[in-house]
Amino acid sequence: MSLPFFPSGSDPGPSFVELLRQTRAAGARLPSGAGSEIVGSAGRQPAGFAATLIPGITHGTTVVALRYDNGVVVAGDRRATEGNLIAHRSIEKVFPADRHSAVAISGAAGSAIEMVRLFQTQLEHYEKVEGTCLSLEGKANQLGQMVSANLQMAMQGLVVIPLFAGYDLRLKKGRIFTYDVTGGRFEETDFHATGSGGRDAKNTVKLSYRERLGRDEAVQLAVAALYEAADEDTATGGPDAIRGIYPVVATVDAEGYRRLEDTEVAEHFRNVLERRRERGEGGVS
Amino acid sequence: MTMPYYVAPEQVMKDRAEYAQKGIARGRALVGTTYDQGVLIVAENPSSTLHKISEIYDRVAFAGVGRYNEFDQLRVAGVRHADTKGYAYSREDVDARSLANVYAQYLGQVFTHEMKPLEVEILVAELDPVGAAHQLFHIAYDGTVSDEQRFTVLGGEADAIAHRMAARFRQGWPLGEAVVACVASLSGPTRTLRADDLEVAVLEHGAWRRTFRRVTDGEVAQLLAHGEPVEIAAAKSSGAEGESPAGSVDQSGDDTGDVPAGTA
Repeated sequence: MSLPFFPSGSDPGPSFVELLRQTRAAGARLPSGAGSEIVGSAGRQPAGFAATLIPGITHGTTVVALRYDNGVVVAGDRRATEGNLIAHRSIEKVFPADRHSAVAISGAAGSAIEMVRLFQTQLEHYEKVEGTCLSLEGKANQLGQMVSANLQMAMQGLVVIPLFAGYDLRLKKGRIFTYDVTGGRFEETDFHATGSGGRDAKNTVKLSYRERLGRDEAVQLAVAALYEAADEDTATGGPDAIRGIYPVVATVDAEGYRRLEDTEVAEHFRNVLERRRERGEGGVS
Repeated sequence: MTMPYYVAPEQVMKDRAEYAQKGIARGRALVGTTYDQGVLIVAENPSSTLHKISEIYDRVAFAGVGRYNEFDQLRVAGVRHADTKGYAYSREDVDARSLANVYAQYLGQVFTHEMKPLEVEILVAELDPVGAAHQLFHIAYDGTVSDEQRFTVLGGEADAIAHRMAARFRQGWPLGEAVVACVASLSGPTRTLRADDLEVAVLEHGAWRRTFRRVTDGEVAQLLAHGEPVEIAAAKSSGAEGESPAGSVDQSGDDTGDVPAGTA
């Protein structure tokens, strides 16, 4: 590997995705978020791919994000499924995108995790080359471009739907962005959840959400939302006290990304269960 | 028939080396050293936005002296090299040694094959994540690499500064003491450097994956005011620093700031 220099016409600038495309000959691994022509050309999938492989695709499920008074909380369960089987009990779906933002994924786990890795590198690369961070809006747009670059894969069933949340250092508040499969980017005002259990999680948040929640209350609400999602959706994992596997819960505020310790999350689950118990069993449907 | 114009290769190389050295000597120097928590780089740089020291990767830092546009181009190429490698393999596979080698190859290539050599000297530093075997690779304009464990000096007056550094260096010294020593070595006995004349950055052990951190002017001022251990201050007042860089003029010609900030 020699130093990558480019003629001024094809200089990739601060974009890592563009850099990968330019140095394709160097044998770098090309990800699904880097552009549709790459996905089609790399010879990674046999003919009839969509028909033969889809049942074996690992899927990640419920992730939820909500705003509190000076930040955002992002949480995701730990289960990955392959059809009706549990593929993995402890995968992680919430990642730090950089110091002041988090990305949570649902959909085809393989492509999604690869997209997150590319996204993280892209943000850090920009920061190092330019000497300054992208704005939160800029980061959200970058992720949108990666989702839309994955459209061809999405058409074959490998849908990746990220949820992006971060602390906007200029506006001094937490912000949440959601995407559709075409890369369309939408900003949510207060909260959102995606994945198979997303609807239940979102409804749970909706019923208890109010303006200016504190950090602890917001974490509690996110945990309750995941609990309800796991209660209704087979593909969403609940807290696993025996194996000690708890959802990943992270907050992003002016101080940056912070992941809660498992013991803290376990404590929040105990509180949620305690409150359920006080209210009575809650009925059986 | 006209005679082809002939210049002996020795002469060509000598001219190029002289040219590069002149360009580098015009710039202000920087010092890289190790300390108890990692690697410290101190550069004389009055600009707060055009950096001489920057982050390459999680544990790798870059610093350059000489022509800004040339070393900045090298810096960006280094970031690209490191990020591509870390993405293709794994983050821990990115190391300073291989980066220093590609830099050396490139600088050597330019030095021998191009009309104009690059007027830069660069430093690639790596933090040892577990122990104290940090590495400082010093790469000269002609691609010569040297590997230092204690400290290294780049830029104009490097020999005099290195001499002053050698008198003060202590293995595993704390940050404050190291900053004071680097600044005193850079400034020499006749000048005083203030926090805003300096650019200081460290690679330090910590919880965060990215170990590079810029030390703010405020923090530098504080370190300069309080970092000096008692015995060194005493030794210095008795005139331990006799030698003055005879042939070296103050290249930059300014630095009239005389506010004492902990240095002599």
